[in-house]
Amino acid sequence: MTTHAPRFSPARLVAIIIKEFIQMKRDRLTFAMMVGIPLIQLMLFGFAINADPKHLPTAVLSHDNSEFSRAIVSALQTSNYFELALTADSPEQLDLMLDQGKVQFAVEIPTGFGTDLMRGERPALLVMADATDPAATGNAVGALQRILDSVMAGTLTGPLAALAPTPGPVELRVHRRYNPEGLTQHNIVPGLMGTILTMTMIIMTALAVTRERERGTMENLLAMPVRPTEVMLGKLAPFILVGAVQVIVIMGAARLLFGVPMLGNPLALICGMIIFITANLAVGFLFSTLARNQLQAMQMSFFFFLPSILMSGFMFPFRGMPTWAQVIGEILPLTHFLRVVRGVMLKASGFPQVWPDLWPMLVFLLAVSVLAVKRYRQTLD
Amino acid sequence: MTGSDPAIAIDVRGLTKRFGDRAVVDNVDLRVGRGRIHGFLGPNGSGKTTTIRMLCGLLVPDAGEGTCLGFDIRRDAWAIKQRVGYMTQKFSLYEDLTIKENLEFVARLYALADRPRRVGAALDRLGLSHRRDQLAGTLSGGWKQRLALAACILHEPSLLLLDEPTAGVDPKARREFWDEIHALAADGMTVLVSTHYMDEAERCHRIAYLAYGRLLADGTVEEVVAGSGLSTWHVSGPPDRIATLDRALRGQKGVSMIAPFGNTLHVSGPDAATLDASVAGFQGQAGLDWRRGDPTLEDAFIHLMGSVPDNFQKPAGAGGRAA
Repeated sequence: MTTHAPRFSPARLVAIIIKEFIQMKRDRLTFAMMVGIPLIQLMLFGFAINADPKHLPTAVLSHDNSEFSRAIVSALQTSNYFELALTADSPEQLDLMLDQGKVQFAVEIPTGFGTDLMRGERPALLVMADATDPAATGNAVGALQRILDSVMAGTLTGPLAALAPTPGPVELRVHRRYNPEGLTQHNIVPGLMGTILTMTMIIMTALAVTRERERGTMENLLAMPVRPTEVMLGKLAPFILVGAVQVIVIMGAARLLFGVPMLGNPLALICGMIIFITANLAVGFLFSTLARNQLQAMQMSFFFFLPSILMSGFMFPFRGMPTWAQVIGEILPLTHFLRVVRGVMLKASGFPQVWPDLWPMLVFLLAVSVLAVKRYRQTLD
Repeated sequence: MTGSDPAIAIDVRGLTKRFGDRAVVDNVDLRVGRGRIHGFLGPNGSGKTTTIRMLCGLLVPDAGEGTCLGFDIRRDAWAIKQRVGYMTQKFSLYEDLTIKENLEFVARLYALADRPRRVGAALDRLGLSHRRDQLAGTLSGGWKQRLALAACILHEPSLLLLDEPTAGVDPKARREFWDEIHALAADGMTVLVSTHYMDEAERCHRIAYLAYGRLLADGTVEEVVAGSGLSTWHVSGPPDRIATLDRALRGQKGVSMIAPFGNTLHVSGPDAATLDASVAGFQGQAGLDWRRGDPTLEDAFIHLMGSVPDNFQKPAGAGGRAA
């Protein structure tokens, strides 16, 4: 006879299940997150993400005041893809709007467009698209030709119908700016830098402080004369270095493996990077003052990380999101950092172009730091 | 310094701390003289750690006031922290740093001048020099305790708060630790030390006894024992007879405690006359030797503990936090 191994006991299984449920119930935060996170994120992302962005801000520079150009402009508007946000007075102004990312499209109607059209000379309509993120412009560009065709079919009627020849009365010239080949890598690789930094910076700092609490070393630290800001800065400083190393690695890979260009001012990028890294570290520190253990710190980090990835314009076109989601996106430092990175690397931006994205990160950094230092308890209460 | 008595290191009145609706420390008055070793005793969860944490500014009292080294415990936590060494119950230095690195970290936090010399002196004083480069996490309990003590006296504090410093430490290491404590006190350092060991309590100049958050006794060992009002009989005899007597005496009027110590039974009660009357009937039995004994400190404490209601059981199931 062999000795039996103890048989599987459903009663013991139930005992363990009950115990797990009790523990789950006790850990209110985890419980709330288990229920809350899927719900919140489903709501957030389900409504926010749109791979077919419409109402893209468009600037128009018209050198022609014929009914044809007016018809084209209004047709763009009614197509839902384009939203006439600004009008420019000069080609330079048009370029600047595109450079600063104020608009996604710039339409230039040349002088004598109407008369040339009447003469059947196939005047050119110039459309410049900010193609750093090819996904954001693809469908709108595709719709352009259709819009033009229907405008022409509508205006060139009666005696003028003869002027609607088969190649199309208007030559549509689309310039895909900044990423002319529409290479997804040129958009994704700089974006990855931001997401990787967000991920590692937040988790590392969140854990670094929570670990002290979990291991009991916090009690000793608090019993000694140290100021919260000293602890915070002391904890964050080493990670700024870690972040810098990560940036160097990613930049090197972007250049060597993916051939992503570096067209703008590297100093502007470095400046944005330091602000961005510090902002993320501050978020991590804030989480560590809220979390009671390392697991909670991890959960909070993910809670912040997912919206950062999905709502910053990294994965899906920013302008595809409804306004409320864009407002949330504008708060996230990753959104601004992505614009800085893409701007400097692909759009040849310098300080004047990236400033509109530097200050929101600074404000975020300041707000989170103040909150974190306030939350940091100098006692064990 | 405020105008308080310079001979008093700790002087607090009405100290109270609540977690949820439970008073973990309830209206505690405590005075500790300078240069004294004050023992702090009480069962687990009696509020010793919480009291110590309030004294060094780690917890804010809900009520009560007082001074620590002449500084207000509410307002001057920063000043107190600079002059107090606090040794936590659980080892709270960094296990992934070496002994020397830990001490240097502490020395830097206190901005000590002449850091290498002081770290070196602390290592020598506690016999840690030859282990200076060992990771703290790999040390045994006794060595961790030495390191913790070295770290909290590095800045030469005037007051040392030790929270169960010798828990889990072998007798020889405990003996050496207490010799060190006495040497520090002789140099003028005040020590408040919590412990569960009666022999350690007896090495203190004075002791305070806390149960369920309330201070039940405060004085010298002799005063505390005498203050309990216990009278005790020691009965010796063969083991089976002792066991029979133990069972027979339980529940007798005036007998509050029966504790076997080897072949001797300690029988105590709060009132000498009632106790004597109850045991009189058993004293005729042959083979048992009855003598009047002195109650031990332990007897006194267990008696004190039984004399107060457990205030922790009142709000049953209420969502308090674990102490």
